[in-house]
Amino acid sequence: MSAVLTNNQASPPPRQESPGLWMLAWRRLKQDAVGMVSLVVVVFFILMMVASYLGIVAGDWNKERGVSYANPAFMAGAENLEAKALQSREAAKAPPVDLSDIDPLAPRYKEWEERAAKIAVTETKRSETLPFGGDKWGRDVLKKVVKGSEVSIFVGLTAAILATIIGTVLGAMAGYWGRWVNDFLEWFYNIFTSIPYILLILAFAAVAAASGKFGKGILPIILILSLTGWTGIYRLVRAEYIKHSNREYVKAAQAIGASNASRMFVHILPNVSHVGLVQLSQHVVQFIKAEVILSFLGFGVPVDMVSWGTMLAEAQNELVIGKWWQLFAAGASMAILVTAFSLLTDSLRDALDPKIK
Amino acid sequence: MAAYVIRRLWQMIPTLAGVILLIFILFNWVGGDPAHVLAGKISNPEQIANIRKQLGVDEPYWYQLLVFVKQVFTFDFGRSWSTNEEVSRILLTRVGPTLTIMIPVLVIETVIAVTLAVMVAYVRGTVTDRATMTICTVAMSISFLVYIIFFQWLFGFILGWFPVQGWSESFTKNLFTYAPLPIMLAIAVGLAPALRLYRSFFLDEINQDYVRTARAKGLPEKVVMMKHVMRNALIPILTNVGIALPGVFVGSFLLEVFFSIPGLGREIITAVNRSDFPVIKAVTVYLAVLTMLINLLVDVMYKFADPRVSFK
Repeated sequence: MSAVLTNNQASPPPRQESPGLWMLAWRRLKQDAVGMVSLVVVVFFILMMVASYLGIVAGDWNKERGVSYANPAFMAGAENLEAKALQSREAAKAPPVDLSDIDPLAPRYKEWEERAAKIAVTETKRSETLPFGGDKWGRDVLKKVVKGSEVSIFVGLTAAILATIIGTVLGAMAGYWGRWVNDFLEWFYNIFTSIPYILLILAFAAVAAASGKFGKGILPIILILSLTGWTGIYRLVRAEYIKHSNREYVKAAQAIGASNASRMFVHILPNVSHVGLVQLSQHVVQFIKAEVILSFLGFGVPVDMVSWGTMLAEAQNELVIGKWWQLFAAGASMAILVTAFSLLTDSLRDALDPKIK
Repeated sequence: MAAYVIRRLWQMIPTLAGVILLIFILFNWVGGDPAHVLAGKISNPEQIANIRKQLGVDEPYWYQLLVFVKQVFTFDFGRSWSTNEEVSRILLTRVGPTLTIMIPVLVIETVIAVTLAVMVAYVRGTVTDRATMTICTVAMSISFLVYIIFFQWLFGFILGWFPVQGWSESFTKNLFTYAPLPIMLAIAVGLAPALRLYRSFFLDEINQDYVRTARAKGLPEKVVMMKHVMRNALIPILTNVGIALPGVFVGSFLLEVFFSIPGLGREIITAVNRSDFPVIKAVTVYLAVLTMLINLLVDVMYKFADPRVSFK
């Protein structure tokens, strides 16, 4: 113990580095209780997404474990009319009409039955209740929500990252080069913003659906959202680049022979990246909401995948027969994530604002 | 002012050309061969060749572009690919129901949001203010879908206060029977973001010097809020309403789908589902033009709201 102390005293005092923007921002964020809680929630959802992708949790979401519309565990006593109706329908099917005297295949029935008996069929007992209820096919709603969040968050995150990259690169070019590059990109920007946003998305969705050129699975919706959603980021990044490109540090970089690309992306970009980060986080929220609505309308993730949007699409009919858990599970998990993300965005913006140093 | 308007109109030409080009590239080039979409699954080569000829997709791209430009300026997009109804007729008949919903929404929502924003800004910093803002944040995070599904079920199905869905021929019946629930839903959902935004506009003004001067000369806080702050905060609010204005024509397609309102929004969704390109193309181009014109109108109205603004 004393040895450590003496060692410490002997070593030279650490060099006082002035903390950078990110360090300061992190310090400010740590003092913001709301921001930190939101960060924990967001990180939790992202970890859940990764775990679900790797199959650690909810890998068997597609298994039909319960009866149709199984009750949530805390409502075990409630009557499940739908499951009973289904059972009675199946029971009613049982005795088929005896056609053996006219059925030409009748002599072979016995042989087929013997062959069928050889194949082992494990009859799984379907449970009456599931932790948070079941859907029409008796799948566990809780696992569906986890799997659905994987798709929804992945779509939101990737689309937002892509949109931020597009917006940043175009904004950097317009702001840095100015003149005709700026004029051209402003023209491009005006085209995209003169079409109402939702209409632009639907136009892209129509083309994606008809041509299939946007790829398969969740790729189309990611491309649709990012190709239409870059405009706001472009505008902000452009303004920052116009401000920065004449600053002295950029001129100094030019003097030591830094190339244009290096000045744009090595020197200026770190100084404007906080704008990008706040925008990124804002767009994740926006795109998660958009994905839910597009999937509901059938233009989003394909039908064989589960997302919060497809869950809500099923929930509409379920609510009428009193099965509220799927609506609640998907709606609530989305609300929690979106609230946390929005609050985190606000905290990030406050923390990154260099004015309150 | 006339010079300003003319210059702005002049500047719209390249943007409109760009919009036409973007839509052309999207639908005629990326969109793939419409003949396959149209002929469906039971297509033989002859049929496809026939349809291709009818649509003119055999022609070179420059000629197709020329046809498209002509369509835009003659308001003649031909007929819908799926219903064979004239596109111009579709657009004209669908605008009415959409406006029946969206105009009340815009008016009522703005009035309520501004009123609440003044009240919240008046008690800024108190528990009421913070609680309202927290409620707004949470309310905004719940999907529009959840609101619609839940309240349509509650008010339409369980309580039976409103019809679950429907539309009629009579305007008054539509407005007073079928429209109230969708209108209320749209307002309830739009209120939270509007309130948050308008509150920030009021707070921006409250910290200005002129407000301090008004207080220093002994005006009561209410007069300061309603006269001095309100007038100045209304300028960004006006801009915001102007931005929302083109959306009035698109309508809330989700509401139209849920409540089966035969408006433009639902028409667009149907068109996207059926790959009905002429309808989507027409709606997109004309709404882009409308957006540009409304933006110009808002900028001109600015002049009347704020005498400091000058047309440059």
